[in-house]
Amino acid sequence: MKTRGYFNGFGGAYIPEILVETFKELENAFLDVKDDPLFWNEYKTVLSTYSCRPTPVTFAENLTRYFNGARIYIKREDLNHTGAHKANNVIGQGLLVKRMGKKRVIAETGAGQHGVATATMAAKFGFKCTIYMGEVDMERQRPNVFWMEKLGAEVIPVTEGTRILKDAINEAFRDWVANMDTTHYVLGTACGPHPFPEMVTYFQSIIGKEARKQIIKITNKLPSRVYACVGGGSNAMGIFSGFFDDPVELIGVEAGGRGLESGRHAARLSSTDASIGIAQGYKTYFLQDSDGQMKKTHSVAAGLDYVGVSPILADLKEKGRVRFESATDKEVIDAMSLTIKKEGLIPALESAHAFVQAFKDAPKLDKDDVILINQSGRGDKDIFTIADAFSDPGWKEFIIKKAKEYNA
Amino acid sequence: MLESYIKNRLKEKEILLMTHIVIGYPSFEDSFRIIEEMVKAGVDLMELQIPFSEPMADGPVILSANQKSLAYGTKVAKCMEFAKKVSKTFNIPFLFMSYYNILYKYGLKDFTSFMKDAGIHGAIVPDLPHEEACDYLKAMEACNLNPIMLFSPNTPKDRLKAIASYAKGFIYCVARKGVTGSSTSFSDEFEAYVNRCRKETDLPLAIGFGVKEKRDIDFLRGKADIAIIGTAIIKLIEQKGIEHIKEFIESLTVASTKQNSS
Repeated sequence: MKTRGYFNGFGGAYIPEILVETFKELENAFLDVKDDPLFWNEYKTVLSTYSCRPTPVTFAENLTRYFNGARIYIKREDLNHTGAHKANNVIGQGLLVKRMGKKRVIAETGAGQHGVATATMAAKFGFKCTIYMGEVDMERQRPNVFWMEKLGAEVIPVTEGTRILKDAINEAFRDWVANMDTTHYVLGTACGPHPFPEMVTYFQSIIGKEARKQIIKITNKLPSRVYACVGGGSNAMGIFSGFFDDPVELIGVEAGGRGLESGRHAARLSSTDASIGIAQGYKTYFLQDSDGQMKKTHSVAAGLDYVGVSPILADLKEKGRVRFESATDKEVIDAMSLTIKKEGLIPALESAHAFVQAFKDAPKLDKDDVILINQSGRGDKDIFTIADAFSDPGWKEFIIKKAKEYNA
Repeated sequence: MLESYIKNRLKEKEILLMTHIVIGYPSFEDSFRIIEEMVKAGVDLMELQIPFSEPMADGPVILSANQKSLAYGTKVAKCMEFAKKVSKTFNIPFLFMSYYNILYKYGLKDFTSFMKDAGIHGAIVPDLPHEEACDYLKAMEACNLNPIMLFSPNTPKDRLKAIASYAKGFIYCVARKGVTGSSTSFSDEFEAYVNRCRKETDLPLAIGFGVKEKRDIDFLRGKADIAIIGTAIIKLIEQKGIEHIKEFIESLTVASTKQNSS
């Protein structure tokens, strides 16, 4: 490889020898498209005709009045095809796969968003598609399994390990080491071995590029702060990358789960529970024990429930460029309810983490301040999970009735 | 020293056998018994795998052995003590096999010093290409240990040479694409791969991934120096029991003693 993909010691490519050539090929293909202005135009065209780019920025007037502080704006990644920012990355990688001449794509998925996005891309571009999904996540997100299968993807349940996202990543790698000649692994987030963190960030940077222009056009100024939730970190890297050179505070919000003190969370950069390690092909902060074995994580949002975090964010944390906070499951549900009631917007549980911190900060800021939240995905398609999170009695009654119909 | 042990041994045997266990699976007591049986059966060297929660290069059988060992509460420190005891008890070379995070978290210098004191000869770390291995190679060198490097069938010539320049003891040639445990078709194409490897190094060549029966070892005889058996023995233990190890290993190596025709 031309470079090792280090960000002040985080990143790298800790890959088995059998994959070295494949990564070299991928890095070359990525560097080619990065240097090719026609590629970015093609990418933008596909996203503007197949997805909903540019996604709008919405002024949250009622929330602004409610908190009586900073003016709150929301970048609407939820309006992408398949309902999340994941579409950006998969279309980018899909175009790359076409250039490399491969015919099959594989992907891991946690919540199912990235799996569904990859399956739509594969259907559109005519690739064979296999999605690895932890057994636990398949139960949590059955509707996404339904859609992936309808889109023609084979969904393979991962029954090893903790049976969630990290285990699905391991299985996807195991498939790739056997099939790399025909297959590209569409990694879903800004993690994993080089060039994935940089490449996924590059595709997601479209969010920040648009958002910066839009917010300046609407408000005539830069935002004081930009908020994004952080699982692997791709939506955060996407929106933050538009503001790195500006005097804008960037805030990443991780899953606080049942609270940091409970140990049941997925806060790698906002708690003291994580330490530096090497797993899944890269070096970053992992939630691991003193032996280096990965720990169980917890979040109400399956998409934030990951042991590692983007090596680029780990670097930005150490440099102090990004502030990291966490939001508990309960705070997330409250922020989501409030956003639904006040604005008629339905953020995904993942995205609602960013709203929690923005709502904590907004009242303390001046009325002239502008803050921007990345609504990375929409929540309405996750009705089973969200109805459970709300413990909604009407919904439960409906499901019981529906089950009876199937049993009849 | 490991290299000369292997080369001396090859004067008496056409092909050597390296076996593998996951430490603490099915239990520490059984791990010890398994090694005892293997040594009795004439195994020439052994890799002791310290279990890791994310064993990316391993197939379902070894993956599950890693997970079960961890679920029973296996800790790295206990694996290290176990390896020390084993290497003091049995008179064959032992190597560690694990993923880089285990060594990294233990501390590379502490890890290699421990290996030296314990008499462990070297280590196999499948997720550590030489470009990322600077600190590891230094620590191994300082303790006079053998970093076992890996070749793969799609490694280009220049890279084989580069890898060989960091390797000591022997080279682990991954027989094919994929993970440990699925079968390998040993063919002419495979022979060409081994010849490619041979050209770039004088170190002995060990073949692993998919070596599971006498037929495979017969094929490798005369081509490779060491046959590595991993998954096949874990399966045997799971299906038949530890008492069958010796018989199985003896059946593999039968007729592998060089005929002295003088």
